[in-house]
Amino acid sequence: MVEQSQDHWLGSRLQTDPLTAGFVVIGVLFFLDLLRRLATGTVRPDTVATFLWSGIVFGMAIGLAGIGLAMTYSILQFANFAHGDLITAGAFAGWSSTFVIVGFGNIAMEILLLVGQPARISSQLGISVTTAPLAIVVGFIVSVLFAAGLAVGLDRVVFRPMRDQSGISLLIASVGVALALRHLIQFIYQPSTPSVVHDPEVPRQAIPVGSGSFTIDAHQVTLVVVALGLMIGVHLLLQYTKLGTAMRAMADNEDLAKITGISTERVVLYTWLIGGGLTGAAGYLLALEQGFLDLTLGWDILLVIFAGVILGGIGSIYGAIVGGLTIGIVSQLSIVWLPSEFTTVAAFVIMIAVLLVRPNGIFGGVTSV
Amino acid sequence: MSDGDAQADDTTPGGDTEQSVRDRIWAVASASDIRLIAVTLLAIYAIFLFLGIVGGLDANGLYSSLERVTFFAAVYALVVLALNLQWGYAGLFNIGIAGFMAIGLYSMHILTVQIGLAYPIGALGAVLITSLFGALVALPALRLRADYLAIVTLAFAEIVRSILGSQRFAEFTFAGFDIGFGGATGPDGTLPDPVKFFLYKHPYSLRPEPNAFGEFYFGLFDLFIIDDSTAEGILYALFLSLFVGLYYFLLVRTGNSPFGRVLKAIREDETVAKALGKDTRKFKITAFALGSALMGLAAILWYTKRGGVTPTNFEPEVTFFVFVALIIGGAGSNTGSVIGGIVFGALLFRGPVFIERIINQRLEAEADPTTIFDAFGGIDPFIVYTTDNLSALRVVLLGVVLVILIQRRPEGLLGKRKEIASSIDLEDRTGGEN
Amino acid sequence: MSLLAVQDLDAGYGDLQVLDGVDMDVGDEEYVAIVGPNGAGKSTVMKSVFGLTDQMGGEIIFDGEDISDLDPNEIITRGLNYVPQSQNVFAGLTVRENLEMGAYILDELPTERLDEIYDRFPILRERKGQKAGTLSGGQRQMLAMGRALMLDPDLLLLDEPSAGLAPDLVDETLDRIDTINDDGTAVLIVEQNAKEALRRCDRGYVLVQGQNRHEDTGQALLTDQQVREDFLGG
Repeated sequence: MVEQSQDHWLGSRLQTDPLTAGFVVIGVLFFLDLLRRLATGTVRPDTVATFLWSGIVFGMAIGLAGIGLAMTYSILQFANFAHGDLITAGAFAGWSSTFVIVGFGNIAMEILLLVGQPARISSQLGISVTTAPLAIVVGFIVSVLFAAGLAVGLDRVVFRPMRDQSGISLLIASVGVALALRHLIQFIYQPSTPSVVHDPEVPRQAIPVGSGSFTIDAHQVTLVVVALGLMIGVHLLLQYTKLGTAMRAMADNEDLAKITGISTERVVLYTWLIGGGLTGAAGYLLALEQGFLDLTLGWDILLVIFAGVILGGIGSIYGAIVGGLTIGIVSQLSIVWLPSEFTTVAAFVIMIAVLLVRPNGIFGGVTSV
Repeated sequence: MSDGDAQADDTTPGGDTEQSVRDRIWAVASASDIRLIAVTLLAIYAIFLFLGIVGGLDANGLYSSLERVTFFAAVYALVVLALNLQWGYAGLFNIGIAGFMAIGLYSMHILTVQIGLAYPIGALGAVLITSLFGALVALPALRLRADYLAIVTLAFAEIVRSILGSQRFAEFTFAGFDIGFGGATGPDGTLPDPVKFFLYKHPYSLRPEPNAFGEFYFGLFDLFIIDDSTAEGILYALFLSLFVGLYYFLLVRTGNSPFGRVLKAIREDETVAKALGKDTRKFKITAFALGSALMGLAAILWYTKRGGVTPTNFEPEVTFFVFVALIIGGAGSNTGSVIGGIVFGALLFRGPVFIERIINQRLEAEADPTTIFDAFGGIDPFIVYTTDNLSALRVVLLGVVLVILIQRRPEGLLGKRKEIASSIDLEDRTGGEN
Repeated sequence: MSLLAVQDLDAGYGDLQVLDGVDMDVGDEEYVAIVGPNGAGKSTVMKSVFGLTDQMGGEIIFDGEDISDLDPNEIITRGLNYVPQSQNVFAGLTVRENLEMGAYILDELPTERLDEIYDRFPILRERKGQKAGTLSGGQRQMLAMGRALMLDPDLLLLDEPSAGLAPDLVDETLDRIDTINDDGTAVLIVEQNAKEALRRCDRGYVLVQGQNRHEDTGQALLTDQQVREDFLGG
């Protein structure tokens, strides 16, 4: 696809595309209503700040997890429904390692490997970024490596033999992978939601806003900082390395990439390695931030990640980051208007609206990949 | 392998003699298809009976397990047939099946339990409501690429599930009626079981008393040492099988009608269908709405046996199970859909539960292994751990089956049975999908 | 010995056979044109040489070696390169990145070669930071050729390089191809603009319905009564 250049996309979009303009108008109206509510006192500034901050935290996780999904979408051209369970697998593997390091010698190895199953031991271990930084770094790295390796392994077994098949066949195969992976994790770890951090150990800071305040904790900050660092890393890789250029080239025009001599299988391998690794990172950080592991950790947010990726324009990695952040913030801010149980509904409604009126995404076409 | 539906297609509408020849061909060919379905079902019964006898089940246990097998084979066959209309015929990739089933069942609950309509009227209303939602989703979504349609339909189903399970809509007033979705635990009140009306004088009294037919029916089953609740289940399974027959008949007829031909033409080459002057949108919306309605009815028939309604029954996994079943049978064929529903419902879905039951009956480990490490302590603990966690392993197996099928036999276990639209197979020309 | 020798080639896509016993030679530094009516299989010859079709029979010898079974990324290392007819630049990459991808298989970017290509097509140097998708049709064609020249091939395959260009740009593009050939690269070109191509080339082939119909020097084909009647329109 030939895309518009970066320089003048927004201006020309608004003039030529009433639908995007409509989205902008609706967004502005909501923003004005938010200001009105703040002015009249129906909503307190510290409440909005709380929603905004949790939206940023959630959005960074969604954006980080979305990079891998966007990569496989652009380079292998299919919607990977196993992505969510790759997040879960990475998180479980990483937290097993963290538990082993923290509890080694004091608690039986098998309990540690199963993240405290059947007993709950998180309070005994007292894990947080300040009490066990090394174990958390190691666990994070294990998550990255495990998810990357798993992604490559799944590609070898499942997706590589299907390279010439349609996107729908690959999608269906990925559903099969998702089902098998999640329940294999359940078979090993048993269905439960073990705590991984010891809440009282997590440093917190209240930040005053207006007459109230909102709280940020060290794990949220860790998530945001690490995610931001990885996003910058992906940007540098894509823009300034030969591999990154080749990945963009292949996403752009696979046939031409082959003719040019780009080893497409090698690009695919790195796509899974990098996409999978980032996915594992997102899983580990999400569990750190929410404080517990869950078998449906990834599956539950898969559609939200899709929402972010679609909002940003399917296949665009920068779009996935911006789209994920937007979806995260919007879904949390929606609590101002909607009951809190409808935050994901808000995200899905936005996604459906985007797919129906602008299938290329709101930010789509800024750049491919 | 002959496919009745395909053969009937090739004849052109004509005079009376041609019509009767066509009917005969249809009758013969579809007889072979029905035979295929019957053989599949009997083979599965034989497997379960054999395992049940080896596993030491008593007569009542055997009948009851066959009844369960038939139940799941039938309910899956119903939903798979409905999906086949959407995906197999019209090529619409709907992965929001659970959502349409939920709409059908919740509508049924509201219309019968909460508003007080009779079962058939409530069911009709619920089916109409579901088809309206089907049309509503189809209307804008049909412009989308298949993978986007998939995401939209899945998101729709998840929105439906969120709303049905939300506290906000647990109780509300609509058009003067106090109704509600009941939140996370579902609405109060048991759905009427249609079969009970045939068997009891007052089916929902505390200790229901059989009516004349009930006396006869239960008496008949007493002769075979079958208890009343199993006998009741068997009647329900027969009731469901009747609906499988109705669905099958309706869909084969639909497939062979001018409407069905256009659908198949759309699936094979929408551009050509459009060029022939067909309003393809209208056809696709109708097919989607009809398929959704049949999904809603299938859910009603499924859960009126159980009585209770909760949103957890409609998680996305249900949808994927139906897809596995359709892919087993081969998308595009009604006969394949029924066989896929039977093989999935009986073997893949019910089979592991059955084996778990038999093994648990035979094997008593000293201590229940609670973690996977305990399980590796020996053969017995391993088997017990595995069977205790069979519900998880069952889905692992389903996932693997799905991957293998889509890799090796995307056309289904029965091979290529897609009924074609023209007398020449257009698929060779169009080549691979893009 | 010729640089490229296509012998008795049968090829097509899946079950569909397009080429039936095609023979074709390109010598060192030679300029060869393939002309013929639509659907004659001209582009298929090029794709087959590059291993992008299903070969059903015959041989493709390049520089003395059979390259029938090689993948494109191996073929380009032998000194052969190819510019397809459409979508022949990476629209989302900058001009410079497109050229860099041309030398993807090398461990290091040949900066001297890059400079030579910039010298040959100065507009590319001017626009090197710009996305290829924003270039004009003529500039894209230059970029596509520049990309294919990055490895300094012995033979360049060009599939309808003037397709879709404004008339004044057609001549300019064909002039550039003359220069590329003058500088020592053999050229095999498929060209819709048959008379112009035959006027410029050393030798030409007329391909009809997947088979060789005529083969001669360009000038001879231009004046051949049969070719004129069959194909060039009198």
